[in-house]
Amino acid sequence: MEPALQKSSLTTVDQEFLTFTLGDENYALDILTVKEIRGYENPTKIANAPPFIKGVINLRGDIVPIVDLRIKFSVGQATYDEFTIVIVLHIHNRIVGIVVDGVSDVVSLNKDQLRPPPDFGVAFDSRYLLGLATINEQMIILVDINELISSEEMGLFDSTVSVSSKE
Amino acid sequence: MSIDMQQFHSVFFEESQEHLDEMEHLLLELDVVNPDNEQLNTIFRAAHSIKGGAGIFGFDGLVSVTHVMESLLDKIRQGKMAITADMVDLFLGSVDVLKGILTSYRNHTDIDWAAANRLTELLESATDGKVNSQSKKSKKDEDQGFGFFTDPVLGEAQESYGFFEDIDQKQQEAYGFFEDLPATPAAPISVVEKPVVAEPQTSSSNVTANAPGNSKTKAADTSVSAENSSIRVDVTKVDQLINLVGEIVITQSMMNLIGKSIDGSLGEKYQSISAELERNTREIQEAVMSIRMLPVSFVFNRFPRVVRDLSQKLGKSIDLIIEGGETELDKGLTEKLVDPLTHLVRNSIDHGIESADVRVARGKEATGKVTLRAAQQGGSIVISIMDDGAGLNREKILRKAREKNISIGDNPSDAEVWQLIFAAGFSTADQVTDVSGRGVGMDVVRRNVQSLGGRIDIDSVEGQGSTFTIRLPLTLAIVDGMGVSVGDQTFIIPLVNIIESMQPAEKDIKTLVGDDQLLLVRDQYWPILPLYKSMQISSQFTDVHKGIAVLIETNKHKFALFVDALVGQQQVVIKSLEQHYKRVQGVAGATIMGDGSVALILDVESLGLTVAQKNPEFLAKAS
Repeated sequence: MEPALQKSSLTTVDQEFLTFTLGDENYALDILTVKEIRGYENPTKIANAPPFIKGVINLRGDIVPIVDLRIKFSVGQATYDEFTIVIVLHIHNRIVGIVVDGVSDVVSLNKDQLRPPPDFGVAFDSRYLLGLATINEQMIILVDINELISSEEMGLFDSTVSVSSKE
Repeated sequence: MSIDMQQFHSVFFEESQEHLDEMEHLLLELDVVNPDNEQLNTIFRAAHSIKGGAGIFGFDGLVSVTHVMESLLDKIRQGKMAITADMVDLFLGSVDVLKGILTSYRNHTDIDWAAANRLTELLESATDGKVNSQSKKSKKDEDQGFGFFTDPVLGEAQESYGFFEDIDQKQQEAYGFFEDLPATPAAPISVVEKPVVAEPQTSSSNVTANAPGNSKTKAADTSVSAENSSIRVDVTKVDQLINLVGEIVITQSMMNLIGKSIDGSLGEKYQSISAELERNTREIQEAVMSIRMLPVSFVFNRFPRVVRDLSQKLGKSIDLIIEGGETELDKGLTEKLVDPLTHLVRNSIDHGIESADVRVARGKEATGKVTLRAAQQGGSIVISIMDDGAGLNREKILRKAREKNISIGDNPSDAEVWQLIFAAGFSTADQVTDVSGRGVGMDVVRRNVQSLGGRIDIDSVEGQGSTFTIRLPLTLAIVDGMGVSVGDQTFIIPLVNIIESMQPAEKDIKTLVGDDQLLLVRDQYWPILPLYKSMQISSQFTDVHKGIAVLIETNKHKFALFVDALVGQQQVVIKSLEQHYKRVQGVAGATIMGDGSVALILDVESLGLTVAQKNPEFLAKAS
């Protein structure tokens, strides 16, 4: 259902990525995990959730958690206005929304354009990075979004990752 | 067998199943003293249709049994022979055997030929008039009820059991066989569980020898169930449809809201169209919801047989009255209701209804009465099992409770005492019978009912009878809830758990060491749980007396939930929070409100647990 994009699976064939911004940094994620992009709406708060989980929203009948990556990785200002964007992702049969500062473009990349990620200097742990790429003289950080969202650190899924096909 | 034949087979199986159900139904209704010829004819025709169909497909097992049944029925309907209660028993037994055979054919399992052969012989000897002569003797006693003549028969049953395989059976053995039948659970009547029944019947030792080359493959189709003219649809598809329709309703109500802000003639037009759309969507929603609904008679219809078998076995005479069988209930609920209801009905017959002489001595009619009633009350279905028997014995229950070291207050109310019988291992039966008395059961009944989101209440007057009332939500997907607000958020509390809501007076609030507070309501202290603390949100009020206290009772806990305000009572559709997120302490699920926002449904049981953990000493005092 969703593409399992592994680090090794990035081929020489072009793959499309959605670029987005967090603070001043440019990031990109596999476009095939994106279900939709929508404006931010006030979510319903959930008790005992870490601050970066803003709550849940109603996405056409599905109760979907909303994660603010800006809070999670302490980049940019976590402000919410009519320009705040939520990227709704479809990962491991689950739906998750991530709050970002903006969505910029769709880019095609292949393995040759990829540079290994640095060990420091980026907000994300290198475990969740596929690498770096340069497009139009801008550095783009490729995020392994599957890995990131299903990580224990995010605490979005129960520890026994129930990839149950409830749908 | 070719594929085409298979298709015809399934039609035949379904038709035969219907015929058998009809036969059973008519046999139970049949007035033995003064039989209605039309009913006899219908029974005969049903047997004949099965025989005809079975003959075409070569289901010899069915043919042989229905053939002899037919001969006997023919004699009766032509007036050559008078039908007796024993014959009705015999026919009912035949129906069971036929159902068993039908199931075996359907599931390609081995047929219980021994049972079929025994039955054929019994029917043949009955046709020869032997049963008839025997039953003339018992006919004299008929006025005194079934109970009278079953007792001596039971004795014979054991004696004659060993001769069953003998070919020349006398009519007495006829009883032996049929008295024996009820011991195997009455499941053969059940439509849904039929495949399961096939097993015990095939396990009989000398069966396989006679069985023609039927392989023992219990293939995937063992789950075939008899459904009449209907299409089978995956439940998930229906649920998806229900989900989507729910969304349309919400979207529609949002559109409605916007429409109200349009002015002028355009706005008027818009609103009239919007009203029409609203009506249509409501109708669609109802129609879609009704796909999952089944009349509760699907469950009730098995009870005449259960009651009949059981009353004979226990030597009691009992009338079963069924009311409201047309009440509709979610399919998932009906299936899960069978076990608890069966248990309660058996209980009523075994413990509730007294034996005939005791009843007469108490100035009641000798025939006991058990009533099964279903009715819709608002958003819930109420099913009651009433008997006019002895009622619950308060003293006996209290004594047993003390024996079992179940803690009870000094002067418990009747309702509290009745709740004791739901404790695990609790039984007041003096004797353990194979019907009931082992004390496993009532706790299971209650657990089953609760797992369906319902609750069970007891009402009992000693000497006059008891009523067990099961209250269930209309469907599993909808809960009756009370909306409460805390800060800018809305939460839903399941209505079944709410005792009452109130604005507490300042003087009734006692503060314990620390922050914990108690609320005094009618001489009882309730620990106060502020919802804003459990949900970690800011609230409008932090002083309990300014907000609302909702008194909540769960199975194990009682507490007062402190909220800002009541929003209103409504039915909400339960959505899973775990599907895309994970379990949250104190939250049972989520729902979507009329404006499209998400409200959390509270899990009062786990909230109660947090209260208990905080106030162990308080709970110790309370119990």
